[in-house]
Order: sequence, then structure tokens, then C-alpha cells
Amino acid sequence: MIERALKGSPKYWGWVFFLLAVISVGFMCYLYQLKNGLGITGMSRDISWGVYIAQFTYFVGVAAGAVMLVIPKYLHHYQKYAKIVVFGEFIAIAAVTMCLLFIIVDIGQPMRMLNVLLHPTPHSMLFYDMIVLNGYLAINIIVGYNTLLADKKGLPCPGWVKPFIYLSIPWAISIHTVTAFLYAGVPGRHLWLTAVMAPRFLASAFAAGPSLLIMLLLFVQKVSKFRVDPEAIQSVAKTVCYAMIVNVFLMFMEFFTAYYSHIPGHIAPLEYLFFGLHGHDSLVGFMRFSMLAGFVGIGILLVPALRRQNGWLIAGVASVFIATLIDKGVGLVIGGFIPNPFETITEYSATMPEIMIAISIWAVGALVLTILYKLALSVREEQQIA
Amino acid sequence: MYDTGKVITGLVIFVGIFTFAFWYTTGTAAPRPEPKLDTPEIQKMAKKQCIEDTQFMITTHMQLLNKLRDQALRDGNRWYVNSKGEKVWISLQNTCLKCHSNKKDFCDKCHNYAGVDPYCWDCHIDPNRSEL
Amino acid sequence: MSMDRREFLKAAGLSAVAGLGAKGAFDLFMPGDVDASEHEGHSEHGEGHGGVAEAGPKVRLAMAIDVLQLKDHSKVDKIRAACDNAHNIPHWDSKDDEIKWIWEDEYEHVFPDTHNEYLADEVRELPFLLMCNHCDDPPCARVCPVEATFKRPDGIVAQDYHRCIGCRFCMAACPYGSRSFNWFDPRIPLKAEGRKLNPRFPTRMRGVVEKCNFCVERLAEGKKPACVEACPDVMIFGNLADPNSNIRKVLRERVSLRRKLELGTKPSVFYLV
Ligand code: SF4
Ligand code: SF4
Repeated sequence: MIERALKGSPKYWGWVFFLLAVISVGFMCYLYQLKNGLGITGMSRDISWGVYIAQFTYFVGVAAGAVMLVIPKYLHHYQKYAKIVVFGEFIAIAAVTMCLLFIIVDIGQPMRMLNVLLHPTPHSMLFYDMIVLNGYLAINIIVGYNTLLADKKGLPCPGWVKPFIYLSIPWAISIHTVTAFLYAGVPGRHLWLTAVMAPRFLASAFAAGPSLLIMLLLFVQKVSKFRVDPEAIQSVAKTVCYAMIVNVFLMFMEFFTAYYSHIPGHIAPLEYLFFGLHGHDSLVGFMRFSMLAGFVGIGILLVPALRRQNGWLIAGVASVFIATLIDKGVGLVIGGFIPNPFETITEYSATMPEIMIAISIWAVGALVLTILYKLALSVREEQQIA
Repeated sequence: MYDTGKVITGLVIFVGIFTFAFWYTTGTAAPRPEPKLDTPEIQKMAKKQCIEDTQFMITTHMQLLNKLRDQALRDGNRWYVNSKGEKVWISLQNTCLKCHSNKKDFCDKCHNYAGVDPYCWDCHIDPNRSEL
Repeated sequence: MSMDRREFLKAAGLSAVAGLGAKGAFDLFMPGDVDASEHEGHSEHGEGHGGVAEAGPKVRLAMAIDVLQLKDHSKVDKIRAACDNAHNIPHWDSKDDEIKWIWEDEYEHVFPDTHNEYLADEVRELPFLLMCNHCDDPPCARVCPVEATFKRPDGIVAQDYHRCIGCRFCMAACPYGSRSFNWFDPRIPLKAEGRKLNPRFPTRMRGVVEKCNFCVERLAEGKKPACVEACPDVMIFGNLADPNSNIRKVLRERVSLRRKLELGTKPSVFYLV
């Protein structure tokens, strides 16, 4: 089946080579970082995690989002999703790959990565994160590949794959719960020390993952003969909408607790992110934009008349995707470090090489996704002809 | 399916280029290094003997150093009791390099020859030189 | 006021014998000074409280800092220099890249949770010395995925630079900002300064986290921590688990503060005011 990724139009190859070019530039930046140290990034003694870990967190969510298709299809036999589940699973594979890369580039001594296996430490949440992420990658490769292979041969999905499908459901929840625990379990970082961290992570994940899927499905219909049932896309869009509403609701909870209790420590990071603190406001624009985009997205997706028009639909899910990307992929991590333990403020801004490395990891994700989608589309097109 | 022959030829060429540095140097072997033992500390010793016997030290010093490192740093036990029952204070800079005060002619000599670059020296300093 | 040599060696010896098993450095410096009765510990005598014995380990090393003495600012400089030299700590120009084991800050930043705008001027302006608190329940060690940072039985929260993968989870978890990461090779500024290094201690490499280690390497040799040696009247080091130790005596007599107690980390660094 894999060989199908090697047959493609000049446009396909152009895209692949473009991605490879971006990746190689990023790779050079990474070599530069390896040689000189993480000091080439915008991170500092006070802001010790930056865009890498923030993006890692975001893409764990995107990966977990696939479960929003798996549950209806396999637990409720919602057959409209039968043909598109695999596209969700392939997003998960690409996203987890990106997560692992973001971790690797963030680590100060990547050669010692294996220490995590050599010295397993069950009291560290990072240890569990490693287990669940790699497990989720494996599960999705097994399930995605085998269900697609069965479709290709026109056979039902083999019985031994079923348990993996059911396993993938709690597993998807676990990857994002454990990732939330990385933050929610450390004392002294007020923005993170909240019991709704994991629920909020899941809500934003179930908004972000499926919105990416909708954008991709609408796109592949343009470039291939594969047709998706519009009702299926409408259902996914509703999922995005409700998940995003829950996400915004939980965010409102954070605001209420902080501002009604008047506890300065709880207010400070929110103040920094949305209003600026002691004259420091480099993220305010982004965070407000994110908030606005979230509301716009919900507004569009909530109105059936708008949601049914592809143009509006894309605008809606793109808004949600960007809103969650800024909120979780930037604000959450940086906001946790501000103010620092001495209640002073150090701001963070990513450097060029750092941004290039992050972009090239996006490109790796896009490349993995391109190849996997190519396989899936070729099988689906054959099915349609048959 | 595809041109298996071509793929394999391609692979062979790729592997060949990639490992160029390794096979190119075969046959041009440098003379076997002789790490020097003529430091004042060692001269003073009645029996010139490291903490374990020489053959063991040559072949296994890396594992021993790793073990002693963990024992000193992680278990907080700085005494090594060697196979003869003697006690040795564990410290790379303050014990090992006290006798082997000629890092260049001892450690580096073999390491360079073997093409290894142990990360010990990324942190540990040669106590006989006060500057980097 | 600092712990006398005998008491100090007792603590060091105990840390080796009671805490860490096997034969500690102690034997080398003061053979026989730790006798059986001593490592039974004083815990049985308890400390009042209806005769209830103090539970817990026999050794818990701790530091009390007499902040009032630091009005003489030269002592701050002396202490910092002693630590920097003992541990080959580099000086970076940029605040972002800084490596700090012990440094000064004002009350307002040291105790932000108990910020008090009506605080006496005298206290407000004191230079508090900040360092790793060697917490009894250290969150940094809890989160480390490879046990590169871990709590020893004598209470020291140690850092194993050989094992650290540089994930910086510990920096996010430490509520006291005690940890520094080597963003670049620390030897660059050491070389540029042309510093005379302490030949008895290593430098660090790029990509690992470091912090105050309570001079564990000096304790092992029966020496006092470098800062204690520099200013024994300011830095009072000893065994918190021993009710008769100097540090316990001074804590009984003077008012002391600890940072962010509400977080439950149980810091082992005390500020005497
Ligand atoms: S002060 Fe910070 S680094 Fe030191 S033991 Fe406590 S949590 Fe760990
Ligand atoms: S940076 Fe090092 S010490 Fe800190 S948590 Fe990671 S591995 Fe552990």
C-alpha cells in the first residue's frame, strides 16, 4: 500500500519538495541550536519553557481530537463517519509525531533521552506522558493502517484490530489528561494550579482536532475524486462548536475564580495575558484576538444557515483552530511563568531560529499527513469507482 | 513491483558514501599509543598499581567509573573498597587525576587514538591546570 | 554563633553514617567521633510536647541565615564570592542566561505572598540571601523524569549532572526560582573572565540544570559549606533533626521566616530577623 505515496501529480511532488525544503532549513537551525545550546532561543531563567513546549501541548490536543470520530463510529455505529474516521486517525499520527519532535528539540541533552527509559521514574508525570504518547502513536498506526488495508481489499476490519480501536478511546483521553497534569500538578504557578486544567485541555482538544479535520476534508475534496457525505461534516462541525463552548465556559470559570476572590496570585497571570501587568503586555493583542476568534467561531458554527455554506464553515473552524492555537499553544505556557516566583516580570519572545525549528516541525507533520492522506485517498477513490 | 535492483544499488552507494570516513582510514592505522605513567605521584609509589589491576583498568575503567560515580554522587558513599579490600576515596579530579596528573599523555592519548570523546571532560577539569 | 567544629562534624558524620549507609568521609577526618550513642540520635528525648519523640530522619541538614548581619553588605559579597569560586559558577552578562546558586533580593521579592506595605524600613531594605531551600518535600525532585534531582536521606536535594536530560520540568516545578539552566556552555564566560577555577570541583556542561547543593562535596570531606566558612556569623548550618544542635538553638531563640510555607514544600532554609 505504501508505494501509492510515490505516485502523484507534479503538484503533489511540488508540495512534498516544498515541505522537504522547509524541513531542511529547520534542520540546519536545529544543528545550530545543538552546537550552541538552547540559549539561541528566547527562553530564559525565568521563562524556561517556550514555544516548543507550548506547541507540544497544543498538538497533543489535536491528536486526542480524533476520538471525537472514533466514539460515534465505533461505540454508536454512526455509519456516516465510516469513511472519514481514518482521516482523523491519520491526523493523530502526524500530531503525535510533531509532539515527540517538539520534545526532542526542547531538551538540553537530547543524546540522553533514553535515560527516561533507563531510569523509569513513576512519580514523574513526564514519564507517563512518554508512555501514553508513544502508545497512542502505536495504536493509531495499527488501527489506521489495518482498517484502511481492509477497506482496500473490500473486507471487514479484522477482529484483532477491534480491541485496539476501543483502547484508543480512553487512551486519547489519557494523553491529554496526563499532559494537563504536567502543569496542573506543580505548586506555585498560579495559572496552572487549577483542577479544570485537564477538562479544559480536553474541551479545547475536541474543538481543535476536529476543526483541522474539517478543513482538510474540504480541501481533499477539491484535489481528489473522494466525496464526503456533507452530513458527516456537519456533525463534526457541531462537535467543534459544542467543545469550543465548553472550552470558553471553563475559561470563564478561571476568570471568575480569580477576579471574584481577588487573590492577587490568581489574578496576576490573567491580568498579564489579557490586560497587561505593570506595563508588560506583549501577549495582550494575541490573547484578545484569540478570545475574539473563539467567539466568532462559535457564532458561525452555531447558526445552521452559516455552517452549511462551505465558505462560512471554513471561516468558523479556522477561527476555532487559531483561537485554541494561541490560547494553548502560546498563552498557557508563557502565562504560567509570569510573574516569576519573585513576582517580577520577564517577558518572552521567540527568536528566528526557534521559530524556524517550530515551523519545520509543522512541515514534518504536514509531510507525514500528506503521505498518509495520499494513501487513504487512493483507497477511497478506488472504492468509489467500484 | 519496482526496480528492486536499482533500489539496492542506490542503497549500497548511499551506505558506501555514508561510511566513507570509516573505511577510508582502515589500513592507515596510527601506531598503538603508549599512555605515560611517569608522573611524580606514580614514581613515589612502591608498587605501581592502580585501584584495580592494570588489565582490568584498561578494559573496564569506563564501567568502573560509571559505577563509582553513581555510588559517590547518588548513594553518597565516597569510599570504594577494591578487590583487595583497600579503601579508595572516590573522586575523578582529586583521586584519579592526582596520580595521573598527565591527562594529555594518559587519558587523551588513548581516547584520541580510539576516536572517543568521553563527556567527562565537558565538566570535569584537569586539576593540574587552573584555567580552561 | 555558627555551629562549632565538633557539632558540625557530628552532622556531617551522621549524614554519612545514619543517612547514607556505609562508611562516610567522616572516618577519615575524625575517626570514632560518631559513636553508637550519637547515631541512635537524640530523637528519643523528643522536645517536650508531652514526651512525644520526634518522628522522621535522624539527619536533616538546614541553614539559618542571620539577615540582620547582612546590613554590612560586604558580607553578602563575601558569601557570594565564596560560593562562586567553590563551584566554578560562571558570570553571564545577560539576566536571561544567569546561573545563580546564592544571591540577594529584597523582602518584597523573597516573600511575595506575605507582602506587607507597612513593613519596617529596616527589614524592607535588608539584603535577603536566596538559595535552594532543600525542601523536605521537594516538587523539583517529584517531577524529574530521570531522578537527576533527588532528595538524599540527610535532606540535601542533590543534582546529578550526568543524568539530567535538560527538560527543565524541575524549573517549572520549583516555586522558589532556585534553579538555573545552562543555556550555553558555561565554560565560555569562565574562559573569557580568565577565572582561576577551583580544581577540586567540576564545571557544568551546556544543557543541564544546576542549583545550590549545600556543598555536598565539601561535607563529604568533613568541611563546612563554603558560605558558612566565609561568614560563620551569618550562615548557621546544622542538623534540624537534633534538638540540641546550634541551628535548633538559634531557631528557638530568634524569630525566623521561611519562604512560601503555604505550598507545603517545607523549606530547610530559615531567615532570622
Ligand atoms: S527550593 Fe526549589 S530546587 Fe530547591 S529543593 Fe525546593 S523545589 Fe527543589
Ligand atoms: S532538567 Fe534535569 S533535573 Fe530538571 S527535571 Fe529535567 S532531567 Fe530532571
